[in-house]
Amino acid sequence: MKLVIINYGAGNIKSIQFAFKRLGIDAILSDSPEEILAADKIIFPGVGEASSAMNMLKETGLDVLIPQLKQPVLGICLGMQLLCEYTEEGNTKGLGVFKTNVKRFDNNVKVPQMGWNVIKELKSDLFKGIKENEYMYLVHSYYAEHCEETIATTDYGLNYASALQHKNFYGVQFHPEKSSLAGEQILKNFLAL
Amino acid sequence: MLTKRIIPCLDIKNGRTVKGVNFVDLRDAGDPVELAKQYADMGADELVFLDISATLEARATTLDMVLHVAEQVNIPFTVGGGISSVEHVDALLHCGADKVSINSSAVKRPELVNELADKFGSQCVVVAIDAKEVNGNWKVHLAGGSIPTDIDLFEWAKEVEQRGAGEILFTSMNHDGTKNGFANEALAKLSTLLNIPIIASGGAGNVQHFVDTFKDGKADAALAASVFHFGEIPIPELKKELKKHNIEVRL
Repeated sequence: MKLVIINYGAGNIKSIQFAFKRLGIDAILSDSPEEILAADKIIFPGVGEASSAMNMLKETGLDVLIPQLKQPVLGICLGMQLLCEYTEEGNTKGLGVFKTNVKRFDNNVKVPQMGWNVIKELKSDLFKGIKENEYMYLVHSYYAEHCEETIATTDYGLNYASALQHKNFYGVQFHPEKSSLAGEQILKNFLAL
Repeated sequence: MLTKRIIPCLDIKNGRTVKGVNFVDLRDAGDPVELAKQYADMGADELVFLDISATLEARATTLDMVLHVAEQVNIPFTVGGGISSVEHVDALLHCGADKVSINSSAVKRPELVNELADKFGSQCVVVAIDAKEVNGNWKVHLAGGSIPTDIDLFEWAKEVEQRGAGEILFTSMNHDGTKNGFANEALAKLSTLLNIPIIASGGAGNVQHFVDTFKDGKADAALAASVFHFGEIPIPELKKELKKHNIEVRL
């Protein structure tokens, strides 16, 4: 199994690498198109601000490469949001894999949402063995609107898509690498896809 | 629903935990990694490591500790203590810390909050505020609460929110160490004034104090040290009790 974590300068990828190491997989950090194309599975991480993250992707040409990938790809947090059509954060055009937009939470809730919330209405092999209303760790100020590709939802002031899937592309708003045993199960499920 | 968080705080010196801990089945009570794992297994929602090392050399060992914690622990953790530069934060995040907390350095140079939020995102910037109530006024204190300032707690909290802080860790010097409960009035006021999460700290002595700080203090999270370290309040039981009081927690 060759697992590549796309390394484009965005945030805390060490935690993702360690989480896979705990599962016995040595993930490779790389921004090389050759290496990414040769992977069996790909993680597209991201913590930070959307427009600067997108600029970093553009500088390396990864914005063109990523939507064309054929292997299972898992976008985590901002990685998932960047796979959408558009995000209000920094008025940023996304990679357009998921046919939905990303908006900022209203101020009727505290922003960012920080902590453990439940995921429900689960529908994907990604959630095999995960029970409805399982807790996941989330930290985010922007959320993806529902669309046909929604495979999990979460409530925070409103009901939004906390996971998405389009063909070989999967996206999760929560951090499986920081979500205790249930999070580990989701990473295992991704490896088994 | 987003749950209320329970956060044990570990003091670290030279890469080791200080203050006693009293867990029966720990092989090495001074090993932060082992303690962190144990807390994660018990259902702690997050961890805070506070580096109280006095020297730069000792701080280098903290980086090493952070790396080992990140390697082995599957819940989020924050590192604080003596952080005053973008470079230092960069190093901590690269070792796998999820968030950093800054305190005195933000008071001395408030632009640091903006710099960190711009570079790493608000989600990893916790501003810790130690304050003391004197004649009805809450004043910010520095250096672990030993140096008083003229800065008003609520004005300062509002300012750091505007500068990009993602969370406030508020410790009441009047309550810290008393085991008489959290500073719920001030906490509720912070929660009303600000729109970022507030962590309550200082004063935890029994389960009811946690109930009160979530209900009356409107806190989003509660942090404590000794009541957890000495097993006075086991986290699984605490969470069950909170649930009985209709407080949303992760069980």
